[in-house]
Amino acid sequence: MILRREHRILVQGVTGKQGTFWTRAMIDYGATAVGGVNPRKAGTQHLGLPVFASAGEAARTAPFDIALMFIPPAMAKDAAVDACEAGAKLLVCLTEHIPLHDVMEMHAAARANGTRIVGPNTAGLVTPGETFAGILPAFNRAVFRPGHVGVISRSGSLGTLLSLVLTQNGFGQSAVYGVGGDPIVGTTTREALEVFDADPRTEAVVICGEIGGDAEEEAAEYGAGMAKPVVAFVAGRASPPDRKMGHAGAIVSGGKGDYLSKRKALERAGIAVADVPSDIPKLLSARLKAAA
Amino acid sequence: MNFEEHAAKALLSARGLPVPDGRVVDTPDAAAEAARALGGPCVVKAQAPTGKRGKAGGIRLAASPDEARAAAADILGMTISGHRIGCLLVEEQVPIAAELYAAVLCDPASRGPVVLFSAMGGMEVEEMALADPDAMRRIEVDIAAGLGAEPAAAALDGLDLLGRTEAVVQFLAGLYDSYRAFDAELLEINPLALTGDGRLLCLDCKYTLDDASTGRQAAVAETGAPERMTALEAEAHTSGLKYIALDGSVGVLANGAGLTMTTMDAISHFGGRPANFLEIGGEAYTKAETALTILLKNPNIRSLLVNFCGAFARTDVMAEGVVRAWKKLDPDIPVFFTIHGTGEEEAVALVERELGHRPYDLMDDAVRAAVRAAAARDEFGPGRGAAA
Repeated sequence: MILRREHRILVQGVTGKQGTFWTRAMIDYGATAVGGVNPRKAGTQHLGLPVFASAGEAARTAPFDIALMFIPPAMAKDAAVDACEAGAKLLVCLTEHIPLHDVMEMHAAARANGTRIVGPNTAGLVTPGETFAGILPAFNRAVFRPGHVGVISRSGSLGTLLSLVLTQNGFGQSAVYGVGGDPIVGTTTREALEVFDADPRTEAVVICGEIGGDAEEEAAEYGAGMAKPVVAFVAGRASPPDRKMGHAGAIVSGGKGDYLSKRKALERAGIAVADVPSDIPKLLSARLKAAA
Repeated sequence: MNFEEHAAKALLSARGLPVPDGRVVDTPDAAAEAARALGGPCVVKAQAPTGKRGKAGGIRLAASPDEARAAAADILGMTISGHRIGCLLVEEQVPIAAELYAAVLCDPASRGPVVLFSAMGGMEVEEMALADPDAMRRIEVDIAAGLGAEPAAAALDGLDLLGRTEAVVQFLAGLYDSYRAFDAELLEINPLALTGDGRLLCLDCKYTLDDASTGRQAAVAETGAPERMTALEAEAHTSGLKYIALDGSVGVLANGAGLTMTTMDAISHFGGRPANFLEIGGEAYTKAETALTILLKNPNIRSLLVNFCGAFARTDVMAEGVVRAWKKLDPDIPVFFTIHGTGEEEAVALVERELGHRPYDLMDDAVRAAVRAAAARDEFGPGRGAAA
């Protein structure tokens, strides 16, 4: 789903330094925050929001649609399971370096409770001019502007750069979807592409992929049948094989997940692939003109 | 984190999984002694965290202690896939009736564990898939419920396991439990031997520990093979930073894995070559000073590109770190900035005021300038001449 202003957000770990900084920014931007979670500060107020002992407790008096996690890796699984069992429709998991088996348990809890996870290791979701949830600088108008291009990114910093390049060239964004840099994510690039395909405000989509895994190949399969123009950039062409490039998911191993196989799969699906991010606007213009 | 075969087998054995009797040695004499103690024909196996040992001549059969000594003398000191062999595993030879394959790993598609099994072990998984696509059986496991005996038995249906299907099902249960207990990213037994007398034995084992779990698996991690790192990579690692040495001349400091890779790509695209991967995104955004100090120790750097696109990573905090390091070290190389995102105004003002540089608005312009400067320095400037 695309994040809307009416979506009610519960912030787990709201009282921490980052939770405080980003929740304040979200509220200032127009996001609907309804409460926070910190078991040690339950019953108090923070940023004008009620603080609960758990997501389960919050659900009883401050119903929410979305749980947003500012939680360190060792505690992430319990927080995620709490949010899923409390009925979160969407769980935005920003945490990086969560133990892999914990991540699989989180996904199992999400499945059992009908929760969709975005992440782990996502920078969150932005709907420019409307709302955001996460750690993307939605409030910076040089970077994010309302418009009609959907942006999907495995990396927060690259998603920010691509949005900046679009904004610098007069393309606003319908929404920015951080899918996360982990090897196993709750919402894949393909699933985010499906969301934008179904969104009436989105006219074209930009995919910011990176080496490792097969998220781009999978997205290409879906993109091949789309009427809306799709343009992609894949980071990691100049990266050496067999090394984890920062993200746990960004590794070319045994020749799998390398740049060229991704580029070929995307191009076979009719998706234009930019050599550098600055090529995206002209590829996008050409595709939009051809589609019109 | 990867493990050498003997370390992985010790972990399996401690959980009751069957492995051949063996000894770890590091001299030819000790290999002969181990062979004598095992009391029969043995295998001498090079120990390195890589799967290419057999083809490289690092695994030899020995019928006697003297043959074991000779094999050990040949193998010790070999280099296999970049690993110098300093340690051997001497194991009993096992009478093999069939070679099987078993593994447990994490499956991104089902977002949970998957058990793989094949009756055609002993070769590469890719070869197996080519030989017979139906040979590899898959069991997707609900991590909340664990691996049940019934789905495991059903997955083995139709395979000829010499009447030992039940033992294999039991083995897979034990393997899955070990995978869980050791926070494995991958636990692979290839080959899994079925012996003439009906026993199952793990002849080889590949275990990869999830890097995010090394903290809660501290005792296990101590027996793992440390990642091979250059001195600078090790120094960065100690400081909690990910640095990867590359062979180019344009230094890269950026935040976030995606942006850093993209910066490297852009340097290549515009005709330069990146000198490193080093990112200070996420929680590391406060470590710009340390990062830059490490980066500048690389003698091949001819210019530096600082590319910040702050989301969680505040560019003002990162810029402060850069300015501190720059003032302290006063390096004799040209530096080029491009800064956007969280904290942008403060960061740009700081860099202008303290270092006299106006950050480029467009990333491409900063990249081109850094590439040009590195090329000019290679030709005319100080340093190690016109290399590369």
